[in-house]
Amino acid sequence: METQTVLEARNIIKNLGGNTVLRGVSIALNKGDIKVLIGPSGSGKSTLLQCLNLLHIPEGGSLLLDNKPVNFKNKSELYQLRQKVGMIFQEFNLFDHLSAKENVSISLRKVKKQGRKEAAKRAEIELQRVGLDDKMNLYPAQLSGGQKQRVSIARALAMDPEVLLLDEPTSALDPELISEVLVVIRDLAKNGMTMLMATHQISFSAALAHEFVFMEDGIITEHGSPKELLAENATSRTKDFCAKIAELTGEQA
Amino acid sequence: MSDFIPFITAQVIPGLNSGLIVSIKLIVPSAFLGLIIGVLSGTFRVYAPFPIRKISDAYVAIFRGTPLVVQIYFWYFALPYTSIGEFRIVMSAETCAIVGFSLCSGAYHSEYIRGGLLSIKSGQLLAGQALGMNPITAIRNIVLPQAFRNAFSGCSNEIIYLIKYSSIASIITINDITGMGRGIAKESWRNVETYLVVGIYYLALVTLANVILYRIEKKMEIPGFEKEQA
Ligand SMILES: Nc1ncnc2c1ncn2[C@@H]1O[C@H](COP(=O)(O)OP(=O)(O)OP(=O)(O)O)[C@@H](O)[C@H]1O
Ligand SMILES: [Mg+2]
Repeated sequence: METQTVLEARNIIKNLGGNTVLRGVSIALNKGDIKVLIGPSGSGKSTLLQCLNLLHIPEGGSLLLDNKPVNFKNKSELYQLRQKVGMIFQEFNLFDHLSAKENVSISLRKVKKQGRKEAAKRAEIELQRVGLDDKMNLYPAQLSGGQKQRVSIARALAMDPEVLLLDEPTSALDPELISEVLVVIRDLAKNGMTMLMATHQISFSAALAHEFVFMEDGIITEHGSPKELLAENATSRTKDFCAKIAELTGEQA
Repeated sequence: MSDFIPFITAQVIPGLNSGLIVSIKLIVPSAFLGLIIGVLSGTFRVYAPFPIRKISDAYVAIFRGTPLVVQIYFWYFALPYTSIGEFRIVMSAETCAIVGFSLCSGAYHSEYIRGGLLSIKSGQLLAGQALGMNPITAIRNIVLPQAFRNAFSGCSNEIIYLIKYSSIASIITINDITGMGRGIAKESWRNVETYLVVGIYYLALVTLANVILYRIEKKMEIPGFEKEQA
């Protein structure tokens, strides 16, 4: 069977505030791939994720969706790509004036031009999928952090993305709320969703990821299966880093 | 003072009622136009590209920075003498008043809307764009509805002010409540009674507007956007 590349970045360069934050990053996601981005704070993980759905336009390099290069200068290609590349933010970024259901349906209506009914129906399905059947009509101010993040996942899934990018989806959550979000992510993985996730949840992602990608100072310095990189006898930067996180969070890596 | 009641019912009230209709015909369109101008210019000042942003800034600076009386005089007395080539604008007194009030209150609304927009966390705009919305769709559907809620009490106040400063229309020959009141007072030499009733008319208008605006605010209320507890 041929592997199908969904999203590929080649040699991405990005400058922010006079600094080169990404210095030539290449990464490819095949269908069903689950890759995890790790690395120290400021290494460029968020910037890379935002470049991958062109919330940041890279200064150099190219981006291919389904093997077709994307023209950064073409606005409609940009909006097309963003529909197909879902994004989950650390801070949820729910629309505060809309109920959970409306948060999910608004982009179906305004971007995919679906009718009110059709969009509402789809929103219900996606909210059920993340276990929020009974919270559909609540507003963000009435939801817990974990529930908000699940709404934001439902919102992204409703657009039928080919890839989901997750930027530390559990970092803003109280510890007791983390697992409800991880359960949803694990379900997505089970269903074959292609994902790239920045996270500090090492043991969770080691069990899930096909590949760990270690970033430092704007480049990828190591990548490989979590098994290799974290093996007993391995000497990897990734392993050192994970050990440090484990020490800080008390987690068993 | 003995014939107070007959004077009021026979002369003041009929006169002021016809003035009331004129006032309402100035206030209602000015309130709507002003709000539309305010929302547009407030949004331009935050999100529009440089030249449009600067033009909107200049608009607000000019209309907040000059007396409304001077603005109204300009539209009514000065504009007819200004021509661009063959082109010359002459507006009726009522149109001048509506244009003047709309532009003036638009400038104030613009301030509230701008503040409301700046108070929205930028992450929501980013999330909208991440879902494939273009910036205009995201601003219109995500940011503006929230900014409008945040700005609403300021905008309400501006509409209340508008009701009161609509009395300035009387200086360009318009027989609104104030204009009619002045006529009645002059003819009858009974200033006290007349202007007392004129005041009551405005008080009634403001009270009515307050009730309507409060209803609208209640209708738009959403958890997380409640008015801050005083
Ligand atoms: N808008 C910006 N303007 C200037 N510099 C920026 C901007 N955004 C990010 N940076 C810089 O780019 C670098 C990479 O930031 P980025 O947020 O991608 O790191 P990160 O790996 O996601 O870190 P963290 O783990 O803390 O989230 C940092 O040095 C940061 O200071
Ligand atoms: Mg980050």
